[in-house]
Amino acid sequence: MQMHLKKRIEIVLEAPGLRRLTETLERLNVSGYTVLPAIAGNGRGGPWSEAGQVSDAERMVCVICIVDPAREEEIVGPIFNLVKRHIGLISVSDAQVIRGERF
Amino acid sequence: MSAIDLALGNLLSPVVLFFALGLFAAIARSDLTIPEAVAKGLAIYLMMAIGLKGGVEVAKQGLTAKLVLTIGAGAVLSFALPFLAYAILRTVSRLSPVNAAAVAAHYGSISAVTLAVGIEVLGRANLPFEGYLIAVAAVMETPAILAALLIVSRSTPREDGLSGKELFHEIALNGSVVVLVGSFIVGWIAGPAGMKPIAPLFTDLFRGILCLFLLDMGLVAGRGFARARKALSPPVILFGIAMPLISAAIAAPIAALLGLSPGGAMLFITLAASSSYIAVPAAMRLALPEADAAIYLTLSLGVTFPFNLAIGLPLYLTIAQHLAG
Repeated sequence: MQMHLKKRIEIVLEAPGLRRLTETLERLNVSGYTVLPAIAGNGRGGPWSEAGQVSDAERMVCVICIVDPAREEEIVGPIFNLVKRHIGLISVSDAQVIRGERF
Repeated sequence: MSAIDLALGNLLSPVVLFFALGLFAAIARSDLTIPEAVAKGLAIYLMMAIGLKGGVEVAKQGLTAKLVLTIGAGAVLSFALPFLAYAILRTVSRLSPVNAAAVAAHYGSISAVTLAVGIEVLGRANLPFEGYLIAVAAVMETPAILAALLIVSRSTPREDGLSGKELFHEIALNGSVVVLVGSFIVGWIAGPAGMKPIAPLFTDLFRGILCLFLLDMGLVAGRGFARARKALSPPVILFGIAMPLISAAIAAPIAALLGLSPGGAMLFITLAASSSYIAVPAAMRLALPEADAAIYLTLSLGVTFPFNLAIGLPLYLTIAQHLAG
């Protein structure tokens, strides 16, 4: 089966910034993304957990999107500009997909 | 009822005892947790119940000049208190301007849960209150956030390309404000007759569900204690206890000038003395993301909330009774 090389962009971000992030992705014509809840973790600010939280202030989410390698910089730049003030991280890795025309 | 009876009655009420249970469970590292979705559902229920109660009371009493004046006084107080809190924090602690402003916003805004427990305290003392205090609570949520933004606007220019309009939209329409104001309006329109069929859910179950919510608050506050040593310096912890008292001392004469009943005065003082931990923390993550959430959340939920619960509320009721007496 023929596979197509793409870039997988993974953004872990504090939950209050999620709407801004997804709006940015849509503005950048990213064809699709998936939002995953993060349950608990540890970072520079110490450990955190979503258990019992009433406010979104201490919740994190993970957003994953697959893009064409040619568009990587065009997409990561604006995302970084949005995320840099918030708690979060962006990572980019290689990914292989079957239906390459969709990304 | 004497001040000591009030304080003891408050400390031994199921609401406070469940908070203490949550606190103990978290400190003892029990695996007891309340799922996030349940905690959020409980918070929405509480705000709906409070909003409806306030709206129905206004439907009974009607619109008065005192109502408008009290709402105006609440808005001014919410906007002004962060400036005072900021000045105190910058004088007594080493918090950066952004962290001090974020903390200050919490102390200008209100805690709907402290308000709910305040209503429960009034219920035990058989004291009525002016229903429009719920509207005052809703109005007091956001001016403090705007005050904090004003405090830091010169020192920290925005770099994320977001307009003030976008930011205001996100802050003013945050879920807790919408559900509190919305339920208040629903209660106002429906009136006592409309409330009757839904009273089994929103009135009869209120105290029980408040206990469940306070158990969760105790768990979250207990977990906050573990990191308090790292996040909070002694002057900041002292601020978390002193600021509610300062706010109460400012709000008490205003409540007297407004001519509020003892119950109404107690809730007005409670609103001023409480610090937010639902609406403002999320707003601060959007508006001032550089501020350290561990500082303001731990201080608000781990220091000020337990203080208000155990000591503040009976104290505010005693002050209100003396003022009105």
